Amino acid sequence: MSDVWGQLFDFRDYGALLPLVANSLLAGAVLGLVGGMVSSIVMMRDLPFAVHGISELSFAGATGALLIGAGVVAGALAGSVVAALLIGVLGASARSRSSIVGVLMPFGLGLGILFLSLYDGRAANKFGLLIGQIVSVDDPQLTAMLVSGAVVAVGMLVLWRPLVFASTDPEVAAARGVPVRALSIAFMVLLGLAVAISVQTIGALLVLSIICTPAAAAFRVSANPRVVVALSSAFGFTAMVGGILLATGSRLPITPYVTTLSFAIFVVCAGVGAWRQRHGWSRARALAPSSRVAEPATT
Amino acid sequence: MARPVADREEVAVADPVLELRDASLSYGSRTLWSGLDLQVRPGELVAVLGGNGTGKTSLLRAVLGLQQLSAGTMQVAGHAPRRGDASIGYVPQQRRIDSHTPLRVRDLVRQGLDGHRWGIGRPGRVRWDRVDAALAQVGASAYADMPLSLLSGGEQQRARVAQALVGDPSLLLCDEPLLSLDQSSQRTVTELVDRRRREHGTAVLFVTHEINPVLPYVDRVLYLAGGRFRIGTVDEVLNSEALSALYGTRVEVLRHGDQVLVAGAPHHVEHHAAPCVHEDEDVAR
Repeated sequence: MSDVWGQLFDFRDYGALLPLVANSLLAGAVLGLVGGMVSSIVMMRDLPFAVHGISELSFAGATGALLIGAGVVAGALAGSVVAALLIGVLGASARSRSSIVGVLMPFGLGLGILFLSLYDGRAANKFGLLIGQIVSVDDPQLTAMLVSGAVVAVGMLVLWRPLVFASTDPEVAAARGVPVRALSIAFMVLLGLAVAISVQTIGALLVLSIICTPAAAAFRVSANPRVVVALSSAFGFTAMVGGILLATGSRLPITPYVTTLSFAIFVVCAGVGAWRQRHGWSRARALAPSSRVAEPATT
Repeated sequence: MARPVADREEVAVADPVLELRDASLSYGSRTLWSGLDLQVRPGELVAVLGGNGTGKTSLLRAVLGLQQLSAGTMQVAGHAPRRGDASIGYVPQQRRIDSHTPLRVRDLVRQGLDGHRWGIGRPGRVRWDRVDAALAQVGASAYADMPLSLLSGGEQQRARVAQALVGDPSLLLCDEPLLSLDQSSQRTVTELVDRRRREHGTAVLFVTHEINPVLPYVDRVLYLAGGRFRIGTVDEVLNSEALSALYGTRVEVLRHGDQVLVAGAPHHVEHHAAPCVHEDEDVAR
C-alpha cells in the first residue's frame, strides 16, 4: 500500500525536478484558463459530446503527423479544426450533431490507432496523445500552444457577448441581428484550437476534464455569467497546474492527477449548489410572490 | 420624417411605426401573402392570426430584416427594415430555460440592451439602471438576481418582456408569447404589453394562435389564410361571413362574451380553434 502511495506522490528532489516541468506548467496554466472560458460556452451550447468527437480526430491528426514526421502540434490542430468545422457545418441541430459526432469519433480513433501501430518511434509519445503525457513539452511545442491559446483567448473575448446571446437564446439573438450561424462556426474553430492544445497535454480521451468539467462545476454554484467564467477558468487552472505539480516527481502521467482534481472540484461545487438551491436562492424566491401578486399595478 | 406623406388621412394621425405597401412574400412558387397593405400606428395593437404556414412568422422576420419581401415596400420607424434594428423589441414564445443557462433575470434583460455588441463590455459601463427600470416596468424587480432556470414559465416570460422593452422600442413584435403559459400568466403578459403600448405609445404586432387572451386589447386583426388575408377590427374580421369568404368555405364564428371560437376552418388551421376550446373548458371549470 505504501508502495502505491510512494508511486503516486514522491516529492524527493522536487526542487531539482521543478525546472524540468516549467514548460508544462506554463502550457497547463494557459490551457486551464482558456479551457475554462471555452467550457462555459460548451456547456451553454450542450457540446460536451462534440468536444469528445473533436478530440478523437485531433488525436488522429497528431498521430498522422507523427507518422509522416510532421509536427504533432500541427497535426493535432489540423485534425481538430477540421472535425470542429465538420460538426459545426453538418450538425446545426442537436440531433444531427450527435449523429455526426457519433460517426466521426470511432473513425478518428481508428485512424489514430492505425497511425500509432505503423509508427515505431518512442513509446512515450505513442500513448501520450491518447491518455496524456508524462510531463514533457519542448520549446517549439510550447510556443505553438501559447500562440493557439492566445488566439482562443482573444477570439473568445471579442465574440463574448453575441456568442453568449446566441448560445442561450438563438431565436431572440437572431431577431436582434446577431449572426447566429457565423458565430457558431467561429466558436467551433476556437473550440478546435483549444481541444488541440488539450490533446497534447492530458490526452484525447480526457479532454473533457478540462473542456467541460470546470464549467459544469461553476454552473452549479452561480448563475452570474461573469462569476461562472471566472470560476470556470480558476477551476481549469487549479486542476491543470495542481495536477502537474502533484505528478512531478512520480513517473506517472499527469492525467489522473488532473482528472481527479477536476472531478473533486465538481463534487464540492455540486454539494455547494445543492445547498444553495435549498437555502440561498430559494429564500430570495420566497420573497418574490408578494410583489408578484401586486403587479402589474395598473390592472 | 423625410418620407413624403402620401394620402390625406395620414396627416391627421401620427406617422405609422410600421407600414407595408402592396407587400408580398413568397418562397419559390409558393406565395404566403401578397398585396398586403398594413399600417400600424403608435400605441396600436394588431393581432396577427392564422394557421401554421400562413406566413405569420415570416411577416415578423421581414419586419426584423431577416427576410426580404418579394414585392412591395416596408418602412419600420421611418426606414427600411434592417437587421438588429434597435427600435424593435421582440418577445419570443416561452421555452424552458434549463440549469445550463448561467443567466440571472437581469442578465437576460441586459442582453436586450447590449447582447449583440462585440467584446465583453466594460463592467463599469453596463447600463444596469436601464435594466432595473425595465424590470420594474414588468414587476420583476424582486427576482432580478435569481437564476432564470429557477423561475416558472410565466416569470421567465415576464423577464423576456422586460428584455424586449429595455431598448425602449417603438415597435414590439410578439411571436406567440402566450404559448404554453397558464391562463394567469397569459393575462399577465398581455396586460404588460397592453400597458406598455398605452403608456409609451409602442406599436404592437401580436402573433398568436389564441385570440381570446388578447381579445380585450386588440385594436385590429390581421387574419392570414391560404395566401389571402383580411384586416379590420375584431368585429369586422372575426365573424362567420368574413372568415367564410377568406377561407372560401363555410366557417362558423361563435362569440360568447369575451370568448371567440372559430369552428369549421379548413384542416390546416384547425389548431387555431383547438386552443379556444381549451380556453372554454378552463372557463367552465
